[in-house]
This record gives sequence, C-alpha cells and structure tokens, in this order.
Amino acid sequence: MIQARNLTKVFHDKKRGEIRAVDDLSFICRPGQIYGLLGANGAGKTTTLRLLATLLRPTSGSATVAGFDTVAEPERVRASVGFLATSTALYGRLTARETITYFARLNGLSDAAIAERVARLADELELHEFLDRRVEKFSTGMKQKTSIARTLVHDPAVLIFDEPTVGLDVMTARNIIRFVRDCRSRGKTVIYSTHVMSEVEKICDTIGVIHQGRLVAEGPLAALQERYHEQDLEEIFIRAVGADKEDAA
Amino acid sequence: MSLHNILTVYRKELRDSLRDRRTLISMIVIPMLMIPGIMIAVAGITMKMVNKAREEIPTVMVLGGDDSPVLRAALAKNPKLRLAPFAADWKRQISDKQLRAAVEIPAGFEAALDRGAPAEIEIYNYEGELRSDLAAGELRDFLNGYREKTVTDRLVARGLPATLVKPFETKTQNVAPPEKVTGNRFGGMIPYLFILLCFTGAMYPAMDLTAGEKERGTMETILCSPVARTDLVLGKFLMVLTASLTTAVVSIVTTGITFVIIGLMAGASAAARSGAMPTLDPAGLLLVMALVLPVAVLFCSVLLAVSLFAKSIKEASSYATPLIILIIVPAMMGMMPGVELNARLALVPVLNIALASKELVSGVFHWNYLALIFGSTCVYAAAALAVCVRMFNREDVLFRT
Repeated sequence: MIQARNLTKVFHDKKRGEIRAVDDLSFICRPGQIYGLLGANGAGKTTTLRLLATLLRPTSGSATVAGFDTVAEPERVRASVGFLATSTALYGRLTARETITYFARLNGLSDAAIAERVARLADELELHEFLDRRVEKFSTGMKQKTSIARTLVHDPAVLIFDEPTVGLDVMTARNIIRFVRDCRSRGKTVIYSTHVMSEVEKICDTIGVIHQGRLVAEGPLAALQERYHEQDLEEIFIRAVGADKEDAA
Repeated sequence: MSLHNILTVYRKELRDSLRDRRTLISMIVIPMLMIPGIMIAVAGITMKMVNKAREEIPTVMVLGGDDSPVLRAALAKNPKLRLAPFAADWKRQISDKQLRAAVEIPAGFEAALDRGAPAEIEIYNYEGELRSDLAAGELRDFLNGYREKTVTDRLVARGLPATLVKPFETKTQNVAPPEKVTGNRFGGMIPYLFILLCFTGAMYPAMDLTAGEKERGTMETILCSPVARTDLVLGKFLMVLTASLTTAVVSIVTTGITFVIIGLMAGASAAARSGAMPTLDPAGLLLVMALVLPVAVLFCSVLLAVSLFAKSIKEASSYATPLIILIIVPAMMGMMPGVELNARLALVPVLNIALASKELVSGVFHWNYLALIFGSTCVYAAAALAVCVRMFNREDVLFRT
C-alpha cells in the first residue's frame, strides 16, 4: 500500500524563488488497485513519484510505501518498489541478461534465485531472442521489455510508473498497458502517472487529478463523472483544474 | 555499508568500462602505445639530427687577419673546419644557416702577440642553432689550443717549464652511487609522470560514471534500486581508482621499457656512463608508489564529486580539465632545484610527494616526513571521499536541471 500524508516538496530556485512542486498532497493507493495520477506537464506528478521512490526527500509531510517510511527507511522502500519511467534508461553496454542480473543482485537475490527469475521473466516477456545481446543495439520495444524485467526482477509489492508510454509507438505502449494490468491482477499496488486521458480511462481504478502540486479531485471515474456532471474525462480534468474559469475570464 | 553491494556495483562498472572504447583508449592504448611511440620517435629523430650535425664539417668564415698569416694557415689546415671565402653579407649567411659561424681576427693580431700586448678574437654564431653552436665550439676549442701552444712556445723560448703557468690540474669525480645521481636527476620526473597519469587516467571514467549516467538516463535507474548511496559511490569510486592506477602503472612500465629501447638505440654503455639511463633505488620506487596511492584516491574522489555536479560529460569536462593546472603547478615546483622537503611543505598535497620522491628514488628515507606526507594525504583523500558521498546524497546535485 502507498499512503501519502500532507506530502510537500519545495524547491528553491535562484531566479524563480520558492517553487512548491508538491503541495500538501494526501492519498491512499491500495493493493490490487491502479491509482492514476493525472496532471498536465509540470503539475507535480514526477516529483510526487520521486518522493514515493525515495529519490527526493519531502520538505514536510510523510509517506509510507509497503509499510515503510520513505524518510526513515529509504532502502527498504526501494527494495519494495519497482520504478519505471521514460527517464529510467538501461545500460547500453550490458546485455539484457546482465542488466536483469545486476538489479537482482542489488536486491539481494541469490545466484540460484536470479537464474530462476531471469528464466521466468524471459518466458513471460519473450526476451529469449535478445537476452544475450547488448542493450545499445535494441529496438525501443526490446528496451521496454528489458526495463519491465528490470522493474519486476525482485517481485516488488509496489509498482510506480511515471509516464511510461511517452514517446513509444502504439504496439509498445499497448504492451506497457497490458503489463500494468497484469500487475494489478497479481495484487500489486500500482501508481500510474500520465497526462493521457485515454490511458487513465482504460486502466485506473482511482484517479487523482493533480494541478500546481495540489490534489484537486480524486475518486473512481464514475464518481468524478457524477460530481462534475460530465462523461468526458478531458472535460472533467479541465473543470477540476479550473482551466474552464480561466478560459471564461 | 554492504561489501556485497559495493563489489556488485564495482564489477558492473568494470565490465561496462572495459566494453567502452573511449575508456580503453584512455586507460590502455594511450599509455601503452602513444606515449612510448612519441618518446621513441622524438628520441630517434633527435639522435639522428645530433649525429648528422656532429658528422658535418662546419663551414666557417675568417674575417680580417690578412696580417696574421700563421693563424690563418693553422685555421685552414684544421680538418674539422671548412673555410669559406670572405663575403660582406656573412651575418645574413649565418642567419640563413648557409654559414655556421665566423671568426674575426683583429688587425695586427700576430704583431700584438709578438709584442706580448693583449688581443681579442671574436666568434660569431647563431645562438641556439645546433650546427652553429657546434661550429662555434669547434672554433673555441681550436683557439684555446692555439693559445696554449703560444704560451708553451713562449715559455720554452725563455727556458722555462710549461708547469709555470699551470702548476696543478683540477679534476672532478663523482663518488655518490649512480642511483643517487640519477635519483636527483629523474626523482622529480617519475612521481610527476605518475601523479599526472593517475589524474588523467581517472578523468574520463569519473565523468562517464556520473555525468555520463545522468546524460544517458541510467542514474535514476540505479538510484531507484535498494543499493545505499554510500555503496554506490564506493563501487564507482573503486572503478575510477582502478582506471587511474592501471593507466599510471601501464604508463610507468611502458616508459621504463621505452627508456631501455632508447638506451639501446643510443648505445647502452655510453648512455649508462653519461647517466642517461636511470638507475633508481627499487625500495624507494615502491615507497613512491605507496605514497601516490592516497593521492590517486584524492584525485578520484574530487573528480567524481566534480563530475557528479555536472549535467553532461561536456559540462563535467569543462570543470575537470582546469584541475590539471592544480596538479601540474605543485608537481613542477617539486622538480625545481633548491626546493627541499620540510614539515610545512610535507602538508602540501602533490608537492610533498614530488619532493619526497626525489629523495626516495635516491635511496634517502626521512621516515618522519614520509609518515607526515602519507598521513596528511590519507586525511585529504578521506575528506574528499566523504564530500563525494555527501554529493551523492544531495538531490539538488543528482537532479540538477
């Protein structure tokens, strides 16, 4: 489970002064659920996910991931999390097998467990054909499959996806969406950030709309439709972030 | 801290780096092939040029001296000189390297000699030009011999012995062991090379493993793993240290082999006699390497920290390259004559090792200074490594935009 309580992150910029990238954010994401974090570029999605993955420390507030506090036990949090983003690239000079093995080893898996896990992931994700080839020669699809294997190698309870389909072709993006759904069916806690409405409609159980670092709307799609008297998620989003009022003004 | 994780990161970085052509070039190819290649080529060309210049009989011009036929005849008879007929533009001919040198015999030179009056002969040459300098040297030797013969003839004419003006001879002989002589001559050079190579060998891997990872997007991937930041830094640091020491050791070994090859080219026995072949104290050399180890740690840590701050290899390179000046200046100061090791200088990084090495390779061991140098450099290295670990924990450095 992921639980964020009044999570706040303030950056200090010499030119722009104080920037509240995440502002008093509270939400819960439960096992077997996909929580969709929906927001425009710069809304604070990536910062929120980096706070949950312990890459950043909150200025105030707190978060627990798989029962561990992100500030007090960052290494245990990371051991429970699989993080996949367009910004999490792979080592070009390693093969797919070496990449998966490296991350498995850092997660404390034994050699026997690693061999078994690599074989299983290679079967599930159809990696056999390029398992021993260097990543730098891979197509985008091959890289994405290897990234998924890297994310899953330690069988994490929590999965964090930060706009994982950005820049991908339709087929590769579909594979990612299928994989995210698989995670939910396996009882994982999944948080998925995106600004693509159709992806949220397809896979998310709960939607959190984030705008200027604040959670401005939250709930299942049906509840949001009822609250905003709108069927179209794009319209709901526009109204939730107050862009309709800005347009009118 | 987990040794398992540190070694896992180290092994991965080693494998990754060994597959990187640029790292291999900077770590192995340049020190193994380029440096010896350049040294052998330069030495070969220089030796060839010097030998050719020595074999040449220089063309010189005699200015004046029409009333000094004996000296002119002696000059003309000298088989080591070729006389050119007088030309008014002799200065231009020397500048244009058509003429190697000129000698001016003043009017009434021999008459003055007969009277016992003072006289002055001038030699003109192109200073710094090898062949012209050799010609001037030849003229000087000839005239010195001519002067001595004149003195001897005068003494004999008066029935006096030649020892009257030269009552005793002076002779200088070296009693210091050869390793001390060459240690003094090369002692500053070896650590200077070693220190510089340790730095240059660490530069590219340090940038690749930090700024390079940021640029390629793999930094965020590894930061998401449960490996502790300290383990990650230490694993990367060990890789940079490996590259640094490998570059230095490969360079020193190949430089040693190169010296031997150059020695063989020049004629080993002649070179050894002249002190051109370095004979160094082996225990001293080992101690130099032991002293350089904490310096290498210091360099690797500083380079890692500086490179981590950068967003790209290009930016890291602009920060790291000027640091070479900070290495070269103290190392050069250590090579200067008259700068001696003392307690205060023993605390100045790089300079202290340059100074101590001069004595070490000569077989002189000041244990108190060596302990001070080793201790202080270890403290600096530990501090730099701590700064590096701290930098890896700073999110404004890791996610600098």
